[in-house]
Amino acid sequence: MKALNQYIELYKEQKDVIENTSAPGLNAQRAFALEALAHKGLPVESDENYLHSNVEEWLAPNYGLNIQRLNLPLDTEEPFRCSVPNLSTQLYFLNGDSFMSAPQTNASLLPDGVIVKGLNTFACDYSEIFSRYYNKSSFTDGTSFLNTLLVQDGFVVYVPKNVVVEKPIQLIELMQSQFSMLACRRILLILEQGAALKLLLCDHSLRMQEYLSLQVVEAFVEDNASLELYDLEETHTGNSRISSLYVNVGNDSRFVCNNITLHNGRTRNSANVAVNGHGAEIVLNGIVIADKEQHVDNYTFIDHNSCNSTSRELFKYVLSGSSVGAFKGKVLVRGGAQGTDSQQTNRNLALTSSARMFAEPQLEIYADNVKCSHGATVGQLDQAALFYMRQRGISEQEAKMLLKEAFVGEVIDSIPLAPLRDRLNRLISLRFRGQLAQCKGCNICH
Amino acid sequence: MENEELRNFSENKYKYGFTTQVQTNIIERGLTEDTVRLISQKKGEPEWLLDLRLKAFRHWLTMPMPKWAHLNIPPIDFQSISYYADPTASKKNGPTSIDSIDPEVMKTFDKLGIPLEERLALSGGVAVDAVMDSVSVKTTFQQNLKEKGIIFSSIGEAVKNHPDLVKEYLGSVVNYRDNFYAALNTAVFSDGSFVYIPKGVRCPMELSTYFRINAAGTGQFERTLIVADDDSYVSYLEGCTAPQRDENQLHAAIVEIVVKDRAEVKYSTVQNWYPGDEQGRGGVYNFVTKRGLCAGEHSKLSWTQVETGSAITWKYPSCVLRGDYSQGEFYSVALTNNFQQADTGTKMIHIGKETKSTIISKGISAGHSQNSYRGLVRVGKNAYGARNYSQCDSLLLGSDCGAHTFPYMDIQNETAVVEHEATTSKISEDQLFYCNQRGISPEQAVGLIVNGYAKDVLNKLPMEFAVEAQRLLSVSLENSVG
Repeated sequence: MKALNQYIELYKEQKDVIENTSAPGLNAQRAFALEALAHKGLPVESDENYLHSNVEEWLAPNYGLNIQRLNLPLDTEEPFRCSVPNLSTQLYFLNGDSFMSAPQTNASLLPDGVIVKGLNTFACDYSEIFSRYYNKSSFTDGTSFLNTLLVQDGFVVYVPKNVVVEKPIQLIELMQSQFSMLACRRILLILEQGAALKLLLCDHSLRMQEYLSLQVVEAFVEDNASLELYDLEETHTGNSRISSLYVNVGNDSRFVCNNITLHNGRTRNSANVAVNGHGAEIVLNGIVIADKEQHVDNYTFIDHNSCNSTSRELFKYVLSGSSVGAFKGKVLVRGGAQGTDSQQTNRNLALTSSARMFAEPQLEIYADNVKCSHGATVGQLDQAALFYMRQRGISEQEAKMLLKEAFVGEVIDSIPLAPLRDRLNRLISLRFRGQLAQCKGCNICH
Repeated sequence: MENEELRNFSENKYKYGFTTQVQTNIIERGLTEDTVRLISQKKGEPEWLLDLRLKAFRHWLTMPMPKWAHLNIPPIDFQSISYYADPTASKKNGPTSIDSIDPEVMKTFDKLGIPLEERLALSGGVAVDAVMDSVSVKTTFQQNLKEKGIIFSSIGEAVKNHPDLVKEYLGSVVNYRDNFYAALNTAVFSDGSFVYIPKGVRCPMELSTYFRINAAGTGQFERTLIVADDDSYVSYLEGCTAPQRDENQLHAAIVEIVVKDRAEVKYSTVQNWYPGDEQGRGGVYNFVTKRGLCAGEHSKLSWTQVETGSAITWKYPSCVLRGDYSQGEFYSVALTNNFQQADTGTKMIHIGKETKSTIISKGISAGHSQNSYRGLVRVGKNAYGARNYSQCDSLLLGSDCGAHTFPYMDIQNETAVVEHEATTSKISEDQLFYCNQRGISPEQAVGLIVNGYAKDVLNKLPMEFAVEAQRLLSVSLENSVG
């Protein structure tokens, strides 16, 4: 309660400042969010969906918020670290929660009608579209209401009917202030009928400060549209991240999400997919690599509410040190959702005695003509494979590395963008060797 | 596969729905400390047991009713239940010999296929503890078993004759603080069975308890305690039925099992409480805590259950694998039809080294029923080399039912290997077509396919039970083909 009260008080005290710096469209939703938040509260540990992440505790410290919208300086080297060789992207930033374009980005290269903007500007400039979509997902927990209550900026991509954005769009999310900060980020993705978009999200923290990012992504994938989302987290151990994704998919649409946690402090990702269109195809994949005291909790909820849709989930965890991994994947097939085909796989490597894994795949099925399955395993590296490699002169350490890379490789291989695949393979290989780009010159976590 | 045929398949006539007219001494409805004292007094219990009951009762008062299960449980008024019903009351000193049992009660058990006269049992047959409502009516073959040092009696008798053993083990696996219904049971439990197998003894016959609810307005709160000492073996069977009534009756039992070094216990249940009618009226609420402790090294505990009855089934027969190299097994077929609900599964808690567990669960849902599997596999910090394999399959017959799977895995040891697989589907058209083509009617074909589907579990049952279970599966499914 204490954590919640401090935010409610903050909002009440700073209401004028927040509202004066934000678009009316954002402000219009705050009263409802406040009411819902007061009613629902923040998730507590006894909440069935939050058994392994005490987010109330994560939200308890007194973080700073950039309510005054101060212009925080941006580290200009950052774009280079995130650049994916051979993959030309349109690049944007969220510095804390403030939107900015990269100097080299040229909006005129986007196809006609596509709008990429900061949330606040978009809400002002395109208020009609904005109010049609913003905050229209059915939120399920208090953290999303808290985001709606405090949000001042974020990121929007709007792709009109039948427009295909060929070039991936990349959004780099940064935390770099000298103080411990909370960033309320809101991302709104609107794909009208037949539209297509690929979006890369790179989440970084540049300092060893205590940061908290409270992110809500709302995506609307209308009939025949296709959205591919690649969400890569590479933050410091002091970083906490609560990210909720809400996706509404229409008839014959396609939604692909790859969620990769390379390095972090504490992370809670939730993906809620409402399958309201028939014939929709959902793919949710994830990789988690955690060691030290890192904590990664992925929650997915696929709500099949229409006929003949398919969903595929593949989450792979590699845990070492004293890290904690949690996966809860719920698949709900409602009464009318005949012909649903759903498969969920969760495979985990627990490599040290102090690492801990919680796996909870769940199926809830109310229709009979369906094909649903899930599988979850927790185990170690295959001793026979290790022996085989050592026999051929590969050192034990190298052999383990290869096996781990191959283990997560299954997820990487499913990514259609070859340059991104290569980049991720490289990053993962570095990660297993403790040499992530951001770790160079930084001794804090090693 | 046509809905009508599927529906026709599951028209179930509950065979055991009759009521026995026997003079039964029922205490007043309601639950207070005085009720607890009265039950204890009626059973002539020692002070320590009354203390335990009172502690449990006081604790129960502080507990809220759990709501986390995937079940829709109508409110239960615990004050409107009578907690003790004694159908043997007409014979003043209680049943000591076969002649002193009320002939009506004898007839009831005969009708249920449970012969209380030892000469009628098949040679090398099954020793039975027959429990009606709150009282054990008769335990057969006690003498033969005694020669081997085996104690098999009602728990009430055991409290009198072997107080040290009961005191040592009662509540050692399921503490009264464990959960809401465990606290309630500890406060008001009546008869169940007590089994003690001494060191090195292999029980020569199958032991069994048959539970029958007869009196209206009562609940049954039996308590079973099985202790298998070093190097012993026992196979234990449990059966249960209840009359057909419009009211819901509560059955909240505790089964505790202690398995010592190199001992093995096989516990099989065919649960056939009255499931309610086609409209979901009546039926038994079966809220049971069953848990075994594999205390010794190389000990083994195997749970096999066929669940076809009860309006609501809520139970998780579990194994605590504390001894090194101990093994836990759970084989389950849970069938729900009409408006039945089930939330059942198991917990495998690996504590010792090189412990192994297997979970095979087959759920079948028909009609408007909801059938959930819920299971926990926990591998503790020191459970080196722990191994678990779980397989949970669900079969859906009809479009109005639900099948759900909620496995939980909590792994804290890096040498553990844990696997879980689950599938949900309906009966394949190909299989049905193949059967029909060969002249097997759709109804028979479904029965055949369902039995084949459940075979992995049925194979684990003792022979007498396996036949019964197969028949039950077909009967319970009648009218659900569609």
